[in-house]
Amino acid sequence: MRVPDDDTVTASHAISPDLSDFARQVRGSYRMLLRRRLGILAVIAGCIVASVVLDFCLGPSGLSVGALIRTLLHPHDVSAGQSVIVWQIRLPYALMAVCVGAALGLAGAEMQTVLANPLASPFTLGVSAAAAFGASLAIILQWRLPGVPDAWVVSADAFVFAIGSVLLLDMVSRRRNAGTGTVVLFGIALVFAFHALVSLLQFVANEDALQDLVFWTMGSLTRATWPKLGLLAAACVVVAPLSFRAAWKLTVLRMGEERAASLGVDVPQVRRGALLRVSILSALAVSFVGTIGFVGLVAPHIARRLLGEDHRFYLPGSMFVGALVMSLSSVAARNIMPGVVIPTGIVTALVGIPFFLAIVLRRQGLS
Amino acid sequence: MNGLFAEHVTVRYGRRTVLDDLTVGPFPTGRVSALLGPNGSGKSTLLRAMAGLGEATGRVMLGPDELSRMSLAQRTRRCLYLPQTLPATVHLQVLESLLAAQNATGVMPDVTGGDEIDAALHMLDIFGIADLAMRYMDELSGGQRQLVGLAQALGRHPDALLLDEPLSALDLHHQFAVMDVLRRETERRNIVTVMVLHDLNIAVRMTDYDVILRNGKIIASGSPRTVITPDTLRQTYDIVARVETCSRGLPHIMVDGLS
Repeated sequence: MRVPDDDTVTASHAISPDLSDFARQVRGSYRMLLRRRLGILAVIAGCIVASVVLDFCLGPSGLSVGALIRTLLHPHDVSAGQSVIVWQIRLPYALMAVCVGAALGLAGAEMQTVLANPLASPFTLGVSAAAAFGASLAIILQWRLPGVPDAWVVSADAFVFAIGSVLLLDMVSRRRNAGTGTVVLFGIALVFAFHALVSLLQFVANEDALQDLVFWTMGSLTRATWPKLGLLAAACVVVAPLSFRAAWKLTVLRMGEERAASLGVDVPQVRRGALLRVSILSALAVSFVGTIGFVGLVAPHIARRLLGEDHRFYLPGSMFVGALVMSLSSVAARNIMPGVVIPTGIVTALVGIPFFLAIVLRRQGLS
Repeated sequence: MNGLFAEHVTVRYGRRTVLDDLTVGPFPTGRVSALLGPNGSGKSTLLRAMAGLGEATGRVMLGPDELSRMSLAQRTRRCLYLPQTLPATVHLQVLESLLAAQNATGVMPDVTGGDEIDAALHMLDIFGIADLAMRYMDELSGGQRQLVGLAQALGRHPDALLLDEPLSALDLHHQFAVMDVLRRETERRNIVTVMVLHDLNIAVRMTDYDVILRNGKIIASGSPRTVITPDTLRQTYDIVARVETCSRGLPHIMVDGLS
């Protein structure tokens, strides 16, 4: 312990002489650290662009890269078939991967922070299961919300249940004395409940509907359309800045709920805000592409290792990592077996698991 | 009246009343005060109630200002509670954790007039852990994290500092060192510092105003020598104890057994 010299008494911020060198050094390395994190974000962003280009260029149609780009730039000069492949399939598919990954990555990151649980994600807390139940109501029982056009029926039903499940989680978290443990256990109960309900519907379903439903729950980006893509992208653009604005509070929350409260953070309010953002992003993403929840679990863990837990970097980092993992999965989904598009949900889990295990087995993840 | 005091404080957890119409203080400014008592006597509850955490009725005053009428953000800026739990082992650098604590409720008005990083380093320095600035919290020992927690608290420059067992994870050297720092800073900044303590010898030697609680009731309050007596210790802890004077003339508490 240092005995205060006169300097520190007159000006409390003054640093004793032998510390000033050290301070300069620390400031230098802190600046370096911030720069390195920005660098890492930039590299991931670069990888996303590369992956999207790859996703756009590779595929079963056998079009050359030149032809693809020509179609992109001059859609009217090429054959209708080629134009459809590029504009209605390749491009929305590649971009949807990025948006879904970003949405699930951000949702998972915020969920893990506000629920203080490394297992929290839209997948593990029942959002995906609820969406699957909604989809199964649409596919098997033809239950539809009034006024929803045909192309949106499954997504709309899935969305209603997904958002309902997060609102239920939110209601539980609002209860007085509901700790984060309660919320997580409630989420797990939701998973089992919805799985059971989906099984029940599968049991009574006819063969065709059953096949549709099983395919839906595997999760696939081939359901991407421009309006859905636009809606999800808009949600990301609106929600992400709100998340980033809460970055300091979320960072402090990571040091412990009680500590955050004692530093003046209104913890219930921060948690509600985060859950609301999570519900919009994850419900939209899952309802459009099916059960692709794994990204929401892994992306935050990878971002945490790469960027630390300063949420100014961790939140965008998790978004970027989610987008990258999803985009790479999308490339893999269409190119592992020639001529076959494997449902992305399957590939995501298979691509994500090695990452995930590597992190978990290093035992340095969230404790 | 000067200092921090609470009037008619009542706190209930569910149906259980932990504090019932308790009036305590004033805890003096510029001095370190201790809150003593057995487990479950309501010490933490009282500190939390004074800091505005959890639901409590009653009035809490800091000098002429009524804390209990302020918003949480305002109030925690004036009067800061440091929980007993250590800062979590997160993947966050010590320096960042101080900056985050500083910015938790919006960017703080710059109290020190200096640069944020300098101020944070200075706080770490007075607790002797400036060298940990760039280390990650999940690499530190419990004691080191406790010191970081103290640096975070002091770095926010509150007018009242309520510390819940701030020495619990520290070795002997650091217990005394932290007490020295707290006494010095409390006096220099002329703030109120109240801490929950279990070590009666530290309380009697290094604090200036003590309150003993049992079952949410005040057994005694005042200067350590008048508060810590064989009689109050028997009433509070059900022990037989003596307050002896050591060879240097300082008080020392000897426990002979259970009463």
